[in-house]
Amino acid sequence: MAEKLTNEKISTGTIVKVAGPLITASGMGESQMYDVVRVSDKHLVGEIIELRGDVASVQVYEDTSGIGPGEPVFTTGEPLSVELGPGIMGMIFDGIQRPLSSIYEIEGDRISRGVEVPSLDRKKVWNFNPTAKIGDLLSGGDIIGTVEETPAVIHKIMVPIGEEGVLEWLHSGEATVEQPIARIILPDGSKKELNMIQKWPVRKGRPYIEKFAPDEPMLTGQRSIDALFPIAKGGVGAIPGPFGSGKTVVQQQLAKWADADIVVYIGCGERGNEMTDVLMEFPELKDPRTGTSLMNRTVLIANTSDMPVAAREASIYTGITIAEYFRDMGYKVTVLADSTSRWAEALREMSGRLEEMPGEEGYPAYLSSRISEFYERAGYVKCLSSNGDRMGAISAIGAVSPPGGDTSEPVSQATLRIVKVFWGLSYSLAHARHFPAIDWLQSYSLYKDTLFKWFDQNVDSDWSRLVRTTMSILQEESELEEIVRLVGIDALGRNERLLLECARSLREDFLQQNAYNEVDTYNSSNKQAKMLKTIITWYEKAKAALDADVAFSRISEMSIREPIARMKFVPEDEFDASYNRIMEEMDEEFISMRNEGEEAYA
Amino acid sequence: MRREYKTIREVVGPLMLVEGVSDVKYDELVEIEQADGEIRLGKVLEINKDKALVQLFESSHGLKISTAKARFRGHGAQLSVSRDMLGRIFDGMGNPIDGGPEIIPEKKMDINGTPINPAARDFPAEFIQTGISAIDGLNTLVRGQKLPIFSGSGLPHAQVATQIARQSKVLGDDETFAVVFVAIGITFEEADFFISDFKRTGAIDRAVLFINLADDPAVERISTPRMGITCAEYLAYELGMQVLVIMTDITNYAEALREVSAARREIPGRRGYPGYLYTDLASMYERAGKIKGNKGSITQIPILSMPEDDITHPIPDLTGYITEGQIILSRELNRKGLTPPINVLPSLSRLKDKGIGAGRTREDHSDTMNQLFAAYARGKEAKELAVILGDAALSETDKVYAEFSDRFEELYVSQGYETNRSIEETLDLGWELLSIFPENELKRVRQEFIDKYLKEKSD
Repeated sequence: MAEKLTNEKISTGTIVKVAGPLITASGMGESQMYDVVRVSDKHLVGEIIELRGDVASVQVYEDTSGIGPGEPVFTTGEPLSVELGPGIMGMIFDGIQRPLSSIYEIEGDRISRGVEVPSLDRKKVWNFNPTAKIGDLLSGGDIIGTVEETPAVIHKIMVPIGEEGVLEWLHSGEATVEQPIARIILPDGSKKELNMIQKWPVRKGRPYIEKFAPDEPMLTGQRSIDALFPIAKGGVGAIPGPFGSGKTVVQQQLAKWADADIVVYIGCGERGNEMTDVLMEFPELKDPRTGTSLMNRTVLIANTSDMPVAAREASIYTGITIAEYFRDMGYKVTVLADSTSRWAEALREMSGRLEEMPGEEGYPAYLSSRISEFYERAGYVKCLSSNGDRMGAISAIGAVSPPGGDTSEPVSQATLRIVKVFWGLSYSLAHARHFPAIDWLQSYSLYKDTLFKWFDQNVDSDWSRLVRTTMSILQEESELEEIVRLVGIDALGRNERLLLECARSLREDFLQQNAYNEVDTYNSSNKQAKMLKTIITWYEKAKAALDADVAFSRISEMSIREPIARMKFVPEDEFDASYNRIMEEMDEEFISMRNEGEEAYA
Repeated sequence: MRREYKTIREVVGPLMLVEGVSDVKYDELVEIEQADGEIRLGKVLEINKDKALVQLFESSHGLKISTAKARFRGHGAQLSVSRDMLGRIFDGMGNPIDGGPEIIPEKKMDINGTPINPAARDFPAEFIQTGISAIDGLNTLVRGQKLPIFSGSGLPHAQVATQIARQSKVLGDDETFAVVFVAIGITFEEADFFISDFKRTGAIDRAVLFINLADDPAVERISTPRMGITCAEYLAYELGMQVLVIMTDITNYAEALREVSAARREIPGRRGYPGYLYTDLASMYERAGKIKGNKGSITQIPILSMPEDDITHPIPDLTGYITEGQIILSRELNRKGLTPPINVLPSLSRLKDKGIGAGRTREDHSDTMNQLFAAYARGKEAKELAVILGDAALSETDKVYAEFSDRFEELYVSQGYETNRSIEETLDLGWELLSIFPENELKRVRQEFIDKYLKEKSD
């Protein structure tokens, strides 16, 4: 079990070969696959990824310059694990959960090698609030107390998975993570003290009682996502797109506004400045649901592109394991991984150095099974506990960076086979400065039908009809545009031209959303429904007006169209009033247009 | 401690195998001494028991394995740095080639650097004035950014590069600005153009040049940019300067990397480039930045020529994924005679929003920038339409836009390689061009700015 913290089994091997982040060591017969080792007297962290006889191949999570044959390798007998407990939220960790802000304080602005800083702050004192009762029979996953980790997150202290016993004593009040807070009597009569730290191996999913198909949307406040391609709480999605198409902005928008209790943001092989941006911006932003800083519910895992490549591979697992831990408390967690392509490339690099037989484009043959394993750790589950009374969810969203924007490459294809939501970003939309550049013709959401029901019941009974109409108008637009390109706009009839006008309005007034405008950056579902309703109502009334012989030019120049275009900038608290006014004015304008028409005939 | 071995067994291309070694470390610097005393450098690429695989930084030409000695130096490749490097010219391995004295090192630094802790980074937000309107006005460069120029063969990126090197400055009096210029595998003529331009304009006084020529060994190119960036790190973080690193041409660097990878028989990725090309490029580009509590900064402008002008080629593609935007030179604009031929529409500076506005450039910067972009894009569209359907098909408004786009290219973009515009001049020129439109077309500019800046003009 992960709790095995014994150091007595430490044995020592000897390095025989060093090739970049991969070293080979002999005399490792005692060790197991995926055990963590410490390399050389510098104590670099590594993980065993291959064993042949007593020769082990180790991927090293730190730079191996200056390491050579003959140096020792110390085994720890433990798999690569994360520390779980209070002190995770609001932190920035590297790919193997070392706290970067503490390292910065201790070591300065460069990441030196072999640093040993505990993941969780050992000195910080938490206020432990007991909730279990003495004499209760507890098992893994049962909550014994809570700690207010940040103003937005109540950290529930659970009995470590695999433990079972009768609660004999429970602490109340201040404690550090290492101090005992409970004592249980094990089935064999012996006693065991528990503290607030748990360890869990990152490559193994944490258990749950049962998994369910998700049926509730994860609202993001992004119109093109919530309305056209919604994702469920516990769902999986991917955002592929070439560079400059705004992947990172979409990811950051999700991190900011998704209605999740916890957000785990994994910066995997991306720009250092982006992490800095998140670190500086998030504490300033207010979570619309809790009213406190967004950083309070966010944890960052950063392996920037200049950091060691092997730790990139681990960063994804570190992130999802932390997410699972919070899921087990009954939270809705969102995991954002930017970018899974860099993770796959790290996998490819290690595979190449192991001289494995390559699959497509040099990626290892197990690429797609690894990608599936990662996404399958998401889901909507009944959390592990003795009475099974908690539900938790992990929604996992991965950015994919296909070379040249061509999604026929292996990482995109393996991802598409597993994810249920696909937000395809298009370079041509980005080029036309249509942001978010989610291509409505190419993207899809397989949760659509389930989630439409939820929106119909909880937001607006008209929701699914509005969205279906929207999609069909956009679809028709693309067909008409081809005709226009060939023979010019004059070849179209009035009805077609009206449809194009409506499609333009949908694109510009609804789908385009400015992430940097403080009002536009987040829209409630109510606002989204009413915006769509306004545009579609305008279209339907305009069609009727056309049939009643109102001139097309008159309709396309209606003065109501400007307030419609500005609806997105109306703040939430003024929105309903503004909506009612626009609908009334629209009615009036249509009536007066018809009257004009009739007067002209009269 | 010197460890010398006369057991060189093989030399294949840029790789060399030394046997029977002991206590050799990965990434260690190796000196290969010929019988006549000539010394070449390399580094340990892989060490397997007593066999060290060494990658030569220099050509293996004339290397005689029976008499050569391999000497392991116990540390990685280093660069001797000093304040006196300013104004000097070095070869791709950091040796002076301008006839001046040897550098007396103040310090020796590992050329590979160490990763910056993301928690230690400071977000780039201060404006750098390049004096080029298409960059300053529309794709603003900020301190600590990495903004590549995507060019193509035959396009004047050399002129653009020297113009930036010559004109760049940071606003503020107490800042020292320095340029590190790294030439990777360029021709003698190009190098000569750079050096004489630097000397002619006096820009050399605040510059350090590293020159690797096209006929220098390709493997040396892998070290050259790292030498330059290491020198920049010294100037920035130890001496507190604002350093601009210009590297040309990254395509030559990537080819050198491919050559070494092929010699090692690694499994190639796209177009034969190694699978770790992204990581390798990132290890250079990510060394740009600003660090909390440190006055200095490193800004990078890597220049690369896109093979066949193809932006999806692995080199521009992977670069674009790492850098914070790109400036794109256009063949079409070059044919039209625009100097510099910067195509502002697909160009992008991801960090521009942080570096512009009141207190950094001017309050109206963001609004006019958006308006110029929108107007130019619409003007281009109108012109395309006119090509298909004839001028008559354009509405009166579209005709104004078409005229605007011509004037914009002619006056705003094509400023010439010798013109150095201050940011105020650039912004004022923007207003002058926008004054062609009726006020109600300027939807992206706040009324207060129209009143303040546009009225001023018409009075």
